[in-house]
Amino acid sequence: MFLVIAMVKPISLAVFLFPASLALADENPINFNRDIFPILSDKCFHCHGPDVVDREEELRLDIPDGPLGALTPRDDYHIIKPGEPEASELWFRVTSEFEDEIMPPKSSRKEPLTAEEVELVTRWIKEGGAYEEFWAFSPPARAEPPTVGNRKWNRSDIDRIVYERIQNRGLSPKNEADKRTLIRRLSLDLTGLPPTLEEIDAFISDRSSDAYETLVDALMSRPTYGEHMARYWSDLVRLGDTNGMHKDFHREFSTYRDWLIKSFNDNLRFNDFISYQLAGDLYEAPTRDQLIASGFNRLHMIIDRGTALPEESLHKNIIDRVEAFGTTFLGLTVQCAQCHDHKYDPITQKDYYQLYAFFNNFAGAPETVRAPERGLQPPFINLTSAKQEQRLATFDAMKLDAEIRRDAMIRIQSGSEKWPDAFHPVEVPFIETATTGAINSVEFTASFDLEAKPPKAIARFIGGDMIELWVNGSFIGQTFARDQGAAAELSDILQPGENTIRAVSKRPTEFGLVLDYSIGHDNRRLLTGPQWMARAGPAEDSSPAQLASKTPRDSDWTESVKSVGVLSILQEIERIQKNKSEYLKSIPGAMIMAERWPPRKATMLIGGAYDAPGEPVARNTPAFLPPMRPKSETPTRLDLAEWLVSSEHPLTARVAVNRIWQQFFGVGLVKTSEDFGAQGEWPVYQELLDELATSFKESGWNIKRLVKDIVMSQTYRQSSDASNDEYKRDPENRLLARGSRFRLDAEVIRDQILAVSGLLNQELYGKSVKPPQPPGLWEMVSMTSENKTYVADTGDDIYRRSLYTYWRRGMPPPQMTIMNAPSREFCVARRERTNTSLQALLLMNENEYFNAAKVMASDILDQSLSQREALKLAYEKTTSLKPDRDRLDLMEETLEEFRNYYEANPELEASLTEGLEAVDENEQSNLAAWTMMTHSLLNLELVKNRR
Amino acid sequence: MAPSYQQFCDTLNRRQFLKRASIGLGVSALSGSLSPLVASAEPGLHFPAKAKRVIFLFMAGAPSQLDLFDSKPELERLHGQPLPPEISRGQRVTSMTRGKKQVVCASIFKFGPQGKSGLTMSELLPHLSKHADDICLIKSTHTEAINHDPAKTFFCTGSEMPGRASMGSWLSYGLGSINKDLPNFVVLSSAFWSGKVNVQALYSRLWGTGFLPGKHQGIAFQSVGDPVLFLSNPEGVDRSVRSKMLDFVAKVNAHDADISGDPEIHTSIAQQEMAFRMQASIPELTDLSKEAESSLDLYGPEVHQSGSFARNCLLARRMAERDVRFVQLFHRGWDHHRGLPTHLRGQAKDVDQPIAGLLTDLKQRGLLDDTLVVFAGEFGRTTYAQNLDPQNREDYGRDHHPRCFTTWMAGGGIKGGISYGETDEFCYNVIKDPVHVRDLHATMFHQLGIDHNKLIFPHQGLDQRLTGVEEANVIKDILA
Repeated sequence: MFLVIAMVKPISLAVFLFPASLALADENPINFNRDIFPILSDKCFHCHGPDVVDREEELRLDIPDGPLGALTPRDDYHIIKPGEPEASELWFRVTSEFEDEIMPPKSSRKEPLTAEEVELVTRWIKEGGAYEEFWAFSPPARAEPPTVGNRKWNRSDIDRIVYERIQNRGLSPKNEADKRTLIRRLSLDLTGLPPTLEEIDAFISDRSSDAYETLVDALMSRPTYGEHMARYWSDLVRLGDTNGMHKDFHREFSTYRDWLIKSFNDNLRFNDFISYQLAGDLYEAPTRDQLIASGFNRLHMIIDRGTALPEESLHKNIIDRVEAFGTTFLGLTVQCAQCHDHKYDPITQKDYYQLYAFFNNFAGAPETVRAPERGLQPPFINLTSAKQEQRLATFDAMKLDAEIRRDAMIRIQSGSEKWPDAFHPVEVPFIETATTGAINSVEFTASFDLEAKPPKAIARFIGGDMIELWVNGSFIGQTFARDQGAAAELSDILQPGENTIRAVSKRPTEFGLVLDYSIGHDNRRLLTGPQWMARAGPAEDSSPAQLASKTPRDSDWTESVKSVGVLSILQEIERIQKNKSEYLKSIPGAMIMAERWPPRKATMLIGGAYDAPGEPVARNTPAFLPPMRPKSETPTRLDLAEWLVSSEHPLTARVAVNRIWQQFFGVGLVKTSEDFGAQGEWPVYQELLDELATSFKESGWNIKRLVKDIVMSQTYRQSSDASNDEYKRDPENRLLARGSRFRLDAEVIRDQILAVSGLLNQELYGKSVKPPQPPGLWEMVSMTSENKTYVADTGDDIYRRSLYTYWRRGMPPPQMTIMNAPSREFCVARRERTNTSLQALLLMNENEYFNAAKVMASDILDQSLSQREALKLAYEKTTSLKPDRDRLDLMEETLEEFRNYYEANPELEASLTEGLEAVDENEQSNLAAWTMMTHSLLNLELVKNRR
Repeated sequence: MAPSYQQFCDTLNRRQFLKRASIGLGVSALSGSLSPLVASAEPGLHFPAKAKRVIFLFMAGAPSQLDLFDSKPELERLHGQPLPPEISRGQRVTSMTRGKKQVVCASIFKFGPQGKSGLTMSELLPHLSKHADDICLIKSTHTEAINHDPAKTFFCTGSEMPGRASMGSWLSYGLGSINKDLPNFVVLSSAFWSGKVNVQALYSRLWGTGFLPGKHQGIAFQSVGDPVLFLSNPEGVDRSVRSKMLDFVAKVNAHDADISGDPEIHTSIAQQEMAFRMQASIPELTDLSKEAESSLDLYGPEVHQSGSFARNCLLARRMAERDVRFVQLFHRGWDHHRGLPTHLRGQAKDVDQPIAGLLTDLKQRGLLDDTLVVFAGEFGRTTYAQNLDPQNREDYGRDHHPRCFTTWMAGGGIKGGISYGETDEFCYNVIKDPVHVRDLHATMFHQLGIDHNKLIFPHQGLDQRLTGVEEANVIKDILA
């Protein structure tokens, strides 16, 4: 034993060292990649590794040969002298007792090598000090899997590899789990939902030899399979519903989420799945799906326009994209090479900016403008049906028609002798009603006599609110806004004798009018003033108007008036536009990736600073990986996608199968599923990982095939029951000598509660929904009134699967985050699972969860079963198991206790059952007690865990 | 009659504790015996700890150091003149003031020496001024980001990019808990404030756990509803029913733990115990009915309003008494791009008496010695004006300024009554003893007995530290 593996927090271990109890280092020869490389990487590479800037001395410990290589003899000494540790400077340095000699030096802030590590290094040098190519950077090699003696375990490559390893360790695998456990495990693992009682019964009574496979196929063909798979991908690509920065506005990605679900259900091949997301926009004739998928490039955090510098925002978006690319597809921390060469992996800073150059050419803006309509920041597409296209086209046509009419009207007016060439400013007194108080409409009138019909007469008017103008009983026109005065030509309306002008507004307002007309050569003017009559409301009497103390605005309105006819058409155009945007709200959209032309130049950025450009760089892939074969002179994201899935690429398939394995066993074959580089973990089962990666590629990147292979394996089917000691020795089940047992994810826990209580709404696809959450959470972080309050949905929407829950990145739903769901601000390849008191509180007290227990209790009582039968039913519904006699006794005893207590405390009972269907008093305490029983069951480890 | 849940837990505790602890999956934080510092090669802390806990007063939005702490009387003479280019050196400014004239703007507030030490503070802080001798002003604090979001994220997590662990999470992770039934890291955010302009957002990542285990997450207390989310039992469930329910659940779980062999089940049982205890301990913590009138008065009249900064200061003291390791208060409303004098008066009033009250109260109870109180915004504000009304000295604003700002510390083994670091005559650049936010982090850790270089967590192939990869130094000169 050289490492303590049970330590919860490996603070003194800077790398995820290979769990020693699982290694065979004591008996077997040193494995360089497994045993030595992690030590060198962690302790030495920072100064003697790939990064040229921080390199101390002429020494690289990451490579054996060349002038800087570790095995190359120096003038009068050796860094590493094969076979002779004592003659090797490396050995001398790591074992030195003197502060000025010891490596790593104190200034590196690294702990010295432990005795066990020194021992390994010593043995390695003794055995020849041989280097091997870093495993993850050479293509997966397929070793002929062994043939094993156990027939059951000799059917699949997975099982042969695992069985042999377990046997070599002197252990035996666990028996296959019982059928109830298996169907529960499969249902949760493949669909994220527990099995129904009918499904359990059907599986148990299916005695055919392929019952298990039938079940697997059935589960994988359900739409819930795609939903479940999409959820893991959502963590990985940080799929959220808001910008994540500053005002954290809505950002619409539900169509991307729905595309994920559909792709998994349709079993879209993983190479296409990658390619559509990275470069769907670059296909020659992209389908809608490909365009939606390209929204992958838009999932980064983004700021809305404010005080940030746009060029800095642009840079941040790009590095976010590059990081997502690295984590998602390469399983590498490429972002570490942003300011300098990577300290541990052979990724140079130039490599980084060559990748950056693929992602810096986004055609759209680097910031959103406030909250974009529908949460869609250009570029985006509308996912219309033909019918919807027709409707949108009609809006456009109507708008164009109105615009033409508007222009014609302006032309006619400007050609008319009756209209002035320009309007001149006039000081107009504003009037208002004398009465104030509860008035809801106002009317202003004036009468005046004319001796003849005027050849020219132009009225200009405005109100503090919208106001209509009537002359001699004819409607002339109206204003539509406070700041827009109207003009009307009245020569045809005015007549000799008495004329009456009437202005009407639905709300109290001031009013101003100027009428210019001519009688013969005499130019005259009528203005609003105290001679006008005014009344507040139709029922009131008229009284003389008052001069308004406050005028709505100064006299420039008299210059900028538009004719009432034009105003009315403008109003029509505005209405058409409004109706169109209203209509658009019912049409889903998808933000897409788009390239600008000509492409934006890319340069190195010195020290990673956005405003410190260095030498220009061209798009390319990191030099230590196989070369890209671009189709044109300037490689594109499409070339990048093809490079990822080229047959010789060492990482893509490994990284993908590892994550899928992790879904089914709780931990990946490489535990650090986000990092396959030097600082990542050496896989416990490299041969298994490579086998899976190779066959995944050979299958044509067939995800369902891979998933099926995994769940069909004997390895997967093992019981998770083991001795305490076995758990202690291998807490995370890295050796796979049993079935895995781990806490379900937040979403599965919630969906399960809804499912077993019968509340779950299984509607597929659609906009994100807002189930109730405690008050005040958004207020605690929001900066603007518009985005401030969480308004929960109502009705069936609140019971949709958690995958559809609205995810505000600045304050994600607590039901999810308390259970270790990530915030979706950055890419997460694996969730942690800690056990906290807040989780206990959540499951004890969350309203909807408790409500589900009530609903479940009342459903069970409705079935009028005997008490013991009812208890069995409740237990089976929640755990998928049948209770044994002891457990049933305990449940019954507890139920009685609850019932007695509620009978003795009627007020408590009443508050619990409030709102439930009226039942008689006996029934009420029964219902309360039963609610506590179903609620207790939902809190059991048997329910919260996948086992 | 079955034994009570409490009895059951006790039995279980005795029976299971050693078993659990031995495999390191128990409620390790409770005992502290499994905290990483202890688990590392050297047992115990890196240094003798001067402080056991921290109360961090975070002034979100960035208060103006020029109008509160860093007095520059000579600016009166330069008022209205352009900022000399040799001072501004063409450095990056926000998009709000980019390309605009930088006109020097003197503070309209009076400054004067306070206490025996003669530390200078603005007239806006009459109560805090009485504590001048307890406080160490750090006038040379600086940071990089010039916008709120990245600057706050940096101050709270040591990185501008989201995803890192917050200060409190690091402390919880590094030191473990010293109380039995309360969270280790609590966040108290004011529900209202006086500065009504440009109220900046917060994000749960500011108290997030990042890559550290989830139990080190800051627990944000709510000013409405349950102080801790989901704390109260649902309608119709009282403590006795809850106890019966947990009793049943624990029995079934313990039995299944024996069958399945999974020790994590015992952790889960322990966390349910803890939840049950919190259902009593948190209401006790937030129940102020037993506070003496004289204590309440220390914090000013707003202490009677739930969600006020004053109330949160009092709660912070109660948490310090109960050994909550890290309490972080957020008070928003400091982003004064315009109308600074009006809004700053309001904001200063919001916090002045409550903070003074907190210091007095901690001192009276002997808690200030081992409680480190830190006051900081995410950056400072510019010496040049924004939205300046040339006719009216009362009307000016200031833009974001990361190059220098004032933070302060008190208690927890920090020298009181001193001013550390200096800025130039314009309060634009640091000219002596610069203190990066990282250095502040390192100093805070140091006082708690932690070497910031050694408190690490491996993630993404790196030894992650709060202070990151750049060098950070403890400010030795301010240690008592």
